[in-house]
Amino acid sequence: MPKLTVEDLKNLREGLRDKMNIRSGEAKAKVIVHMSTCGIAAGARDILKAFMDEIENRGITDILVTTSSCAGLCSKEPMITVLYQNQPPVKYVELTPQKVKKIFEEHLLNGNIVKEFALASGSETTA
Amino acid sequence: MAYRSHILLCSGTGCVSCGAFTLKETLKTELQKRNLQDEIQVVTTGCQGFCAEGPIMIVQPDGIFYCQVKPSDVPTIVEEHFIKGRPVKKLLYTGAAKATPIPALKDIPFFAKQQLVVLRNRGLVDPDKIEDYIAVDGYSALSKALTEMKPEAIIAEIKRSGLRGRGGGGFPAGIKWETCRKAYLQRNVEPVVICNADEGDPGAYMDRSIIESDPHAVLEGMAIAAYAIGAKEGFIYIRHEYPLARQRLLNAIEQAKEYGLLGENILNTNFSFNIEIVQGAGAFVCGESTALMASLEGEVGEPRAKYIHTVEYGYKNRPSNLNNVETYANVPLIILRGSDWFASMGTGDPRENPWNGSSGTKVFSLVGKVNNTGLIEVPMGISLREIIFDIGGGIPKGKKFKAVQTGGPSGGCLPESKLDMPVDFDSLTEAGSMMGSGGMIVMDEETCMVDVARYFISFLTEESCGKCTPCREGLRTMLDILNRICEGKGKEEDIAFLEEMGEVMQDCCLCALGTSAPNPVLSTIEYFKNEYLEHIKNHKCPGGVCKELITYVIDKNKCDGCHACTKVCSSNAIKGEAKKLHSIDTTKCIKCGACIEVCTKDAIYKE
Repeated sequence: MPKLTVEDLKNLREGLRDKMNIRSGEAKAKVIVHMSTCGIAAGARDILKAFMDEIENRGITDILVTTSSCAGLCSKEPMITVLYQNQPPVKYVELTPQKVKKIFEEHLLNGNIVKEFALASGSETTA
Repeated sequence: MAYRSHILLCSGTGCVSCGAFTLKETLKTELQKRNLQDEIQVVTTGCQGFCAEGPIMIVQPDGIFYCQVKPSDVPTIVEEHFIKGRPVKKLLYTGAAKATPIPALKDIPFFAKQQLVVLRNRGLVDPDKIEDYIAVDGYSALSKALTEMKPEAIIAEIKRSGLRGRGGGGFPAGIKWETCRKAYLQRNVEPVVICNADEGDPGAYMDRSIIESDPHAVLEGMAIAAYAIGAKEGFIYIRHEYPLARQRLLNAIEQAKEYGLLGENILNTNFSFNIEIVQGAGAFVCGESTALMASLEGEVGEPRAKYIHTVEYGYKNRPSNLNNVETYANVPLIILRGSDWFASMGTGDPRENPWNGSSGTKVFSLVGKVNNTGLIEVPMGISLREIIFDIGGGIPKGKKFKAVQTGGPSGGCLPESKLDMPVDFDSLTEAGSMMGSGGMIVMDEETCMVDVARYFISFLTEESCGKCTPCREGLRTMLDILNRICEGKGKEEDIAFLEEMGEVMQDCCLCALGTSAPNPVLSTIEYFKNEYLEHIKNHKCPGGVCKELITYVIDKNKCDGCHACTKVCSSNAIKGEAKKLHSIDTTKCIKCGACIEVCTKDAIYKE
């Protein structure tokens, strides 16, 4: 990676911003597994693995799995956020690999929120 | 003249039959009365199809949908919506058709009252990918600082924002940077920028979470500080109990170097800055500035007297700027959005004087006896009650609130009567506690306040470095007395002695660990003196915690002899035949509480 100049940084940012936006990308859905110390202690690695396994077993290419940090509600970890095309983000709480299966089939493949495991939809208030 | 707004009033049969025409006349009269007839046009339309909720009207261009509007609502609508520009909530349509199958995040109290500045990227970016951070404006503040701002302008901006040190002291960051730069220019000795990530308060994990969520924000904040002060070298002092946070920092530094955002000639400018990570061995006192710097130098982590400040003579006698993780993480957004934006959040107006009020937000780890344990970020000035009962969801199992401890082991315990106090640096200090780095421990009615004081004093006794006498001996003496009170052997004069000892420590200890150490004792004596007196005079522990002062008893009216308790009792203290009243042999009982937990009849209690 060559060192950036001020101009490079700006261009890079524009490009990356588009890439992060699933609506303009090729993926139809994205799963963010919240993996900070609290999430990992509560079993987030098993959740991440369960998603990866589902994707591999089904040979799916249009669903992204990525990791991020603590979502704040540490008492309800492991948590994930699901971004499905044209839907507000949905947070799921207190997950197990069994619940992942259901979320994968209903929400990620078909766009239907699994109400029983979902906490809420939308984003947090940033200043 | 064009109308600025149109009211599309439905005049289908349904709406007319429930009064649409009267409504139209009332609207027109009211608009005329307010002299708005030339700005707002009332248009009657055909049936809009939602007859069940009639009369209905839609306000354009806002697209606001009012239903079941009565003539008596008209003055309110005109006043609120057309004069003040606020749609009238109670008339808005909120039927089943629009409801999402699950609640919106912003409708859940835990999230609704939070405002994210430092944690703005939590759960969004991948902390291990610098590209994610760059995509959300990462490093654009550094770019702005390096190309558009002089160091003095950056310092002025930080000062004006009112950013106060988030590590606990609440010292204005701008003043610190300014002093450090001045020392550098006067002495011509290269300064250093240090980040304090030695978070050691029991139950606190704000800084760990910030690093784990958004390590680049901390690096960017440090780089801006370094440029403003004139430093080329930086350290992050992180405790070894934070392996994941450290790993993410190492990775972030590596990536930033690859992109030329750290290292030599950052963003192709003359500014060079490198950051090194140093692991602390977990001594609590090393969070103190002079002890931290001694530890950085490889010396024993002990504080020194601070008649010479570390901003002038710190690490290796160089001018040293020490801020904590959260302080640095605030910096990029202040540079990007300006001091006015930052100063608009929180309390007071710091723009003339950074000591005036507490601006911005604060991250807290909300733990203890509270339903929603978690990491929260709230605007300064929010009340403790909102934090504990709205965000925290109250006390589990319907128990009563007793106290909240803020500010870590050397903070204070505040009672119910202080719950409506605004959370900011100065109010908390005034109430006998402190902001600290942001630990918040909630305690319910089953907590013994003397035991709490004892716990924190015992923690501090172990963590006292022993260099100065008042801290070393004062803590031990306090601990002995508290142990005695908890065993029911307290004397009435103990309370006065504890208070006196506390004052001596506040006056005489070498560093902030010692001067703030008596806080848990002094604040519990101030707000919960009756609990001390109960222990001393009546040999009772109101919280039912101090083992020497409680006995376990079986309620003869409730026990049905189910044997659940006899099975879990590890000391065979419970006897009784099946389906007959059981009894506890107090000479054998070790007061572990296992029986209470398994009893389905609530038949066992503490006396």
